[in-house]
Amino acid sequence: MTLTPSRTPPTTRTRVRAARGTRTRAPVLIFAVAALALSVAGATTIGTADLTVTDVFRTHGVHLGLPLEPLPALADSIVWNLRTPRVLLAGLVGGGLAVCGAVLQALTRNPLADPYLLGISAGASTGAVSVLVLGLGVGAGALTGGAFAGAVAAFLATLALAGRRWTEPSRILLAGVAVGQLFAAVTSLIVVSAASPQQTRGVTFWLLGSLTMAGWSTVALAAAVAAGALLICRAATPALDAFAFGTDVAQSLGFSPVIVRALLFGTTALLAAVLVAASGAIGFVGLTVPHAARYLVGSRHRILLPTCAVIGATFLIWADTAARTVFAPQEVPVGVVTALLGVPAFALLIRRRQAPA
Amino acid sequence: MRLRAERITWAVRGKPLLADVTLDAPDGTLVGLLGPNGSGKSSLLRVLAGLQRPDSGRVLLDGVDTRSMPRRVLARRLAVVTQHHASDADMSVLDVLLLARIPHRPLLAAGSAADLAAAEQALVDAGLAGFADRRWSTLSGGERQRVDIARALLQQPQVLLLDEPTNHLDVRYQLDLLERLAAGPPTVIAALHDINLAARFCDRIVLLNGGRVVAAGSPAQVLTPARIAEVYEVHAQVDDDPDGRPYVHLRSVVWG
Repeated sequence: MTLTPSRTPPTTRTRVRAARGTRTRAPVLIFAVAALALSVAGATTIGTADLTVTDVFRTHGVHLGLPLEPLPALADSIVWNLRTPRVLLAGLVGGGLAVCGAVLQALTRNPLADPYLLGISAGASTGAVSVLVLGLGVGAGALTGGAFAGAVAAFLATLALAGRRWTEPSRILLAGVAVGQLFAAVTSLIVVSAASPQQTRGVTFWLLGSLTMAGWSTVALAAAVAAGALLICRAATPALDAFAFGTDVAQSLGFSPVIVRALLFGTTALLAAVLVAASGAIGFVGLTVPHAARYLVGSRHRILLPTCAVIGATFLIWADTAARTVFAPQEVPVGVVTALLGVPAFALLIRRRQAPA
Repeated sequence: MRLRAERITWAVRGKPLLADVTLDAPDGTLVGLLGPNGSGKSSLLRVLAGLQRPDSGRVLLDGVDTRSMPRRVLARRLAVVTQHHASDADMSVLDVLLLARIPHRPLLAAGSAADLAAAEQALVDAGLAGFADRRWSTLSGGERQRVDIARALLQQPQVLLLDEPTNHLDVRYQLDLLERLAAGPPTVIAALHDINLAARFCDRIVLLNGGRVVAAGSPAQVLTPARIAEVYEVHAQVDDDPDGRPYVHLRSVVWG
C-alpha cells in the first residue's frame, strides 16, 4: 500500500497563507448555518403543550402544502400560529440585533456599542408605556406601533441634539446617551404617576424583552426590514473594514465618512426600531454576539456580518425557548435569559482579550 | 505624477494653521516638509491628501483639481499615512494590508487571490514576513509604522504622502525606507523631523514655520545656518558632505 499525498504541497508561502486566510474561516459559518436550521426546526418541537416531534413536523408539512393528515385545530394552531412565528421572530430579532451591534461597533470604533446606542430602546419603551399605561391606542398592534414611534422619535431627538455634524461618532454617542436618559426618565414618570400595579408588571415584562406577541404579520415585517438592512450592510463591508481601522485610512481609500456613516447609522437605527418594537428591548445580544463572532472568524466584515446574523439568531431562539419552558407555566422575559447567558459569555471574551496574543 | 498645491489657507477658530502655502512636487521626486512643532506640516499633508478641506486654495494632480475627482479615483492615485493610529483595532496585519486593495476593485467585489498574493509580497518587502496573522493591537510603534507604510505602498499610489514616517523606526529602517522612497517611482511628500535625514535623501525641501513657507528648494539652498536659527531657534553649523549635500550640526539653543 502506498501513501500518495492527497494534494501537492504548497510551493510558495503565499499559497499557505491563502489557505489559512480564507478557507479555515468558512467552515465556522457553514457549521453555524446548519446549527441555525436545526434550531428553527428543533425549537418548534419544544413547548408546554403535549405535542410530539412528529406532530409538529406534520403540521409544518401540511402548511407547506404536503399531502399529510392535519392535526386537530387547536394543536395545529399552537404549532403554526404560536410556536413557529415566535421561533422565526426570535431568529430575526437575534440575528438583526447582532448585525446592528457589529456595524455600530465598527463605525464608532467602540467595543461597547450596541443597537440601542442611539436612544432607540429608551424611546421604544416610552412609546410602549404610553400605549399600555396612558391608553393611547388599543391592542397588540398599538403597542408595536407606539414602540416604533417612540424609537423613531428618540433617534430623531438624538440627531437633533448631535447637531449639524451628527455623523461624528463622539457627537452621536453623547447625544444618544443623553436622549436615552431623557426617555428613560419620561418612561419612569409615566409608570410611577399613572400605572396600576398590574400595568407596572406588564410594562416591566415588556421592557425586559419578550417575544410573546409574535405573529405572522410581525414576522413578515421584521423579515422584510431585516433583509433590506442586511443587504445594505453587506454592500458596506469594505467600508466597515476600513472605518474599523481608522477614519483617515477609510477616507484615503475613497470612502466619504459622512455618507457611509449617515447610511449605516440610519439603516441600523431603522432595523433596531422595528426589532425593538416587535420584541421589547432585549439586551446583550447586540453587544456580545459580535465579539463572539469576531473571536471565531476574525474581523473581516464580509464573513463577520453573516456569522453574527446566524449566531445571534440561534442564540436568541434557544434563549427564548428557555424563557418559555424552563419555569413553565410561568414565562420569564427573554431579556432576563439573554443577560444571564450573555454576561458570563462577555466575561470570558474580556478575559481572552486581555490575554497576551 | 506631479502634485502641486496653490495658495492653501486654512484657519481653525481664527487661528491660522496654513497661510498661503504653495508647494510643487515634480513627478518622481522626494519632497521633505521640515519645520518645528506646530509649523503646519501635518495640516498641510492632510489638505494635500484631501482629508481636510482648506478655506481657500487648491491641490492639483497633473494639473487636475483633486476636489473635482471622485474619491475612489483619487484613492487609486494618492495614498497617505497620517499620525493618527487606531491603537486598539482588533485586526490582523494581513487584514490591515488588504484594505489597500479596496479602491482597485469594484465596490461590491470580494478580495481576490491576486490581492492576497500582493499583500503577502508587501509584507516580505517591508521585512515583516511572518507577521500576517499578528493582531495590530499587539504590534510595537515601529512595527505599526512599517505595516502602515506597507499598506500605503500596496495601494500602488502615484503620489505618496507620509507624516513623520520614521519617528518610531530604528535607524536601519529609517535609512532603508528613505532609500526606497528616494529610488521608487511615486512622487513622495514626507513630513520629517530629522533635518539630516531630509538633507541626505530629499530632492527638495519645503521649510515651514507658523503655517507659512519660509523657504523651498534643494537641501543646500534651504538649510542655511541663518534659516535654521530663525525657524528652529538653534545655532547650527552646516558642512558640505562629499556628495554635495549639507550636513547640519546642531550646537546650542538661541536664547532671547
